[in-house]
Amino acid sequence: MNPLKIRNILLLIGFSIALTSISPALAAEVKLLNVSYDPTRELYQDFNTAFAKYWQAKTGDTVTVQQSHGGSGKQARSVIDGLEADVVTLALAYDIDAMAEKAKLLPANWQSRLPNNSTPYTSTIVFLVRKGNPKGIKDWEDVVKPGVAVITPNPKTSGGARWNYLAAWAFALKKYGNEAKAREFVSTLYKNVPILDSGARGATITFVQRGIGDVLLAWENEAFLALNELGKDKFEIVTPSLSILAEPPVALVDKVVDKKKTRVVAQAYLDYLYSPEGQEIAAKHYYRPRLASQKYASRFPKINLVTINELFGGWAKAQKAHFDDGGIFDQIYAGAR
Amino acid sequence: MTESTWMRRVLIGIALAFLGLVLIVPLGTVFGGALEKGFANAFHEVQDPITGAAILLTLKMAAVVVPLNLIFGISAAWSIAKFDFFGKKILMTLIDLPFTVSPVVSGLIFVLLFGAQGLLGPWLAAHDIQVIFAIPGIIIATLFVTFPYVARELIPIMQAQGNDQEEAAVTMGANGWQTFYHVTLPNIRWGLIYGVILLNARAMGEFGAVSVVSGHVRGLTNTIPLHVEILYNEYNLVGAFCVASILAFLAIGTLIAKVLVKKQGEL
Amino acid sequence: MKDKSVIPGFGPTLGFTIFYLSILVVLPLSMLILKTTSLTWPAFWEAVASPRVLAAYRLSFGASLAAASINLVFGLLVAWVLVRYPFPGKGFIDMLIDLPFALPTAVAGIALTTAFSSGPIGRTLESMGINVAFTPLGIIVALTFIGLPFVVRTVQPVLKDLDRDVEEAAICLGANRWQTFINVILPVLLPAAFSGFAMAFARALGEYGSVVFIAGNLPMKTEITPLLIITKLEQYDYAGATAIATVMLFSSFAVLFLINRLSWWAHTQRSSKEAL
Repeated sequence: MNPLKIRNILLLIGFSIALTSISPALAAEVKLLNVSYDPTRELYQDFNTAFAKYWQAKTGDTVTVQQSHGGSGKQARSVIDGLEADVVTLALAYDIDAMAEKAKLLPANWQSRLPNNSTPYTSTIVFLVRKGNPKGIKDWEDVVKPGVAVITPNPKTSGGARWNYLAAWAFALKKYGNEAKAREFVSTLYKNVPILDSGARGATITFVQRGIGDVLLAWENEAFLALNELGKDKFEIVTPSLSILAEPPVALVDKVVDKKKTRVVAQAYLDYLYSPEGQEIAAKHYYRPRLASQKYASRFPKINLVTINELFGGWAKAQKAHFDDGGIFDQIYAGAR
Repeated sequence: MTESTWMRRVLIGIALAFLGLVLIVPLGTVFGGALEKGFANAFHEVQDPITGAAILLTLKMAAVVVPLNLIFGISAAWSIAKFDFFGKKILMTLIDLPFTVSPVVSGLIFVLLFGAQGLLGPWLAAHDIQVIFAIPGIIIATLFVTFPYVARELIPIMQAQGNDQEEAAVTMGANGWQTFYHVTLPNIRWGLIYGVILLNARAMGEFGAVSVVSGHVRGLTNTIPLHVEILYNEYNLVGAFCVASILAFLAIGTLIAKVLVKKQGEL
Repeated sequence: MKDKSVIPGFGPTLGFTIFYLSILVVLPLSMLILKTTSLTWPAFWEAVASPRVLAAYRLSFGASLAAASINLVFGLLVAWVLVRYPFPGKGFIDMLIDLPFALPTAVAGIALTTAFSSGPIGRTLESMGINVAFTPLGIIVALTFIGLPFVVRTVQPVLKDLDRDVEEAAICLGANRWQTFINVILPVLLPAAFSGFAMAFARALGEYGSVVFIAGNLPMKTEITPLLIITKLEQYDYAGATAIATVMLFSSFAVLFLINRLSWWAHTQRSSKEAL
C-alpha cells in the first residue's frame, strides 16, 4: 500500500467524523414528536396534516409533527429511556402509567387531564374470517371449537393481544359467571393458536398473506384496514355478541414539553383530536369517535362492550393478574404441557 | 493432480444445492416480492424521500463505523497474531463477544448506559447531549455489533503465515510501519478486504441493536433495515422488499468492487 | 515458543486494542452485570431457571449447534468448490455468500417464512410431511441462513493461500487424494473452520429478528431465549431481562473460549509438526 492510500483513509476518517458532528440544525419552525403504537400510522399521517393546517391558520406558525411507531410497550420504554416525545398516543393506559411511575415524566393523574379517560377515540376487538365464513364463526364460543385455528399475537409482547385476551375472558366471565370457567375458556382458546406473533401487524400478515388460521382476533380498525388494503373479496368481519371497549389513551409528556417549550402547541394538538375535525379523521380511519359521526356512523355496528375498569379493576390489576411473569397467561401454557 | 471430473461435479452439485436452498430461495423471494407490481412501481418505491433519508443515514453511519473498526481490527490482529502474551485467549474471546450477544441485548446495554434512567443518563441530560435515540447512539450500537469482523478475519491468516517474513524484514533494518506495509499487508490483503466487506455489509444491515436505540422517528433516525420494517408494518410488502433489494444490491455492489480491485492488483 | 519477538509494535497495538475493547465492549457489557446484581438470589434464580426459560435455553442452544454444524460441513464444501473448481456462474455465487449479512434479519425472516410456509418449497415439503415454518426445524433453517458466510469466509482465504507444493509432495509420496485431504489440507483449514463455526454458533444463539417470524413463538415449544428477554422488557422488568442476558453471555463466552482454545491447539499442533 502506498502513502497516498493512507492519506485517503485518514481523510475518510476525518470526513466521517465531520459528518457526524453536524447535528441536525433546529429550523425556526415548531416540531413535535408523537410517539405512537403500530396501527395508528395512517390515522396520524392524516391527522398531522390537518393539524398543521389548522395551527397555521390560527397562529401563523408552521408545525411539523414527526412520527414514531412501534409496539406500544417498546415505545413507552423508549420514552422512559429518553426518547423526547412531546405527546404519546399508545395502545394501553398501562404503558403511560409506567412512564409516570418509573420516570416521573408526567403526573400520576394524567388520565384525568383530558376528557373521556384521555381517550379521544376507542376501538374494540372483532373477528376477521375468510370469505364465506367456512368455519361458521359467529361468536366467541365458535372460536374455541376443536379444529378452529385462531391467530392472535403474543400478549406478553403485544398490547393488542392483551385486549384480545381480555375480550375473550370478559365474554366467558359474563357467560359462565365465574373465574374458573373463564380461565378454562381462555386456555381452550390458546390451544387453538398455532403461532403467537410478536405484534398485531405480524399476526394480521400471518393470517392474511400466509393464509394460516381460520379466524384472526384483531382491533376493529386493524380488521377494516386489512379488509381495505388486502382484499374485500377474500375476508369478512364478524362482530361477536360481546367485546371489550379498547381505550387507546393520549397524553402530554410534561417533562419534555417544558424542556422543549412546546407545551402550548402540544396541548392544542391533543385538544384537536377531540374537535369535530379530529373526530371525523379518527372515524375515517375506523376508530370509534367520541362524538357521534354523521358520515361514518353506519361503519360501527352496535356491540355490547364492557370496560376494563368494570370487569378487571383497571390496567394495573389486569396486567399483574394475567400477563406478568407467573400470571394466568403463563400458567395456561405451563399447564398445557 | 485433482479430483476426477465426476467427483468435481458431485461436489459442485451438492454445494450449489445447499446454497440454492439456503440463499437463493430467500433472495428470490425478496426480488420476486419487489417486482410483484412491476419495475416501474419498484423504481417509484425507492425514490420516496423518506427512503432517501434512510439510505443517507445508513451511508453516513457506515462511513464512521467502517474506518474505526478497520483500524481496531488491524491493531488487534497484529498484537494477537504476532506476539505471545498472558491473557491472549481471554482477549480473543472478548473480541468475539459482540457476536454472541443477542442484537437485542446489544441495544439494551447502551440504553442502560446512556438512557435517561441509565448510568450516564443524568449527566448527558444535564449537558444536553443526546446519544440514544439519535445518530450517535445508532453509530455506537453498530460499532459494537460489527466490532469483531476485521480482527476475526485477519487473525487466522496472520497465524497461518507465521512471523518469519516480518522477523527477516526487521532484522534487515525495516521499521514497524515499513514491515507492516511491505511484508504483512500484501499477505493479508484479501483477508482484509473480505473483512471490510463483511463489516460494511453487516453495518448497513444491522437491525436488532439499531432498532432498540433508534427511536424510529420517520426520516430522522431510521436506517434502511428499520425503514424496511416500517414499510412491512404498513402492509406495503412490495415496498419493503424493494428497499430490502437496495441492501442486497449494496452488498453485491461492494462485492463487484472487490473483484475489480483484485483484477487491478493482478495487473 | 518465541521468547522475545523482534517484531515491533506490540505495546501500541495491544494498548489500543485493550482501550477500544474496554470502552466499546467491556464497559457496556458490565452494565448487564451491574443491573443483574440489583436482583436477590432467589429472584435471580426464578428469572433464569424457571422451566419455561430452561426450555428456551435448550431450544436456542440445540438449534444454534445444529445450524452451526450444518454450516461447518457445507461451509467447508462450498469454500472448497469456490476456490478449487471453475464452473459457470462462480463469481456470482461467490458474491451471494455475504448476503445474510447484508439482508436485514427481519427481511430474511419474512422471506424465509414466506418461502417455507406458503411458497412452492414449503408446499412441496409439506406434501412430504415435513413442516418447516413455525417448528424448531424452521428455526434451524433461519439460523443456518444467518451463519452461512462465517465458515465459508474464514476458510476461503486460507485455502487460497495454501501451498499446492505440499499437496503435490504428498501425492508424490504415494498418498491418495482423500489421504492428502485428511492429513495435509484439513489440518491447515481446521483453525479457520473452527473459528467460523464458533462465530456461526455464537451469532445464532443471540439471533432474534429473523427467528421470531419463522418460529411460531409458542412457550415451551418454539420460544427462543432472546424472545424471553424481549418479553421481560415489555413488562419493564429490566433486571429480569438482564439476568437472562447475563446467563446467555457467560455461557456463550465459555463456548467461545473453549473453541478458541481448540483452534489454537490445532494451530500449534500443526506448527510443531511443521517444525519437525
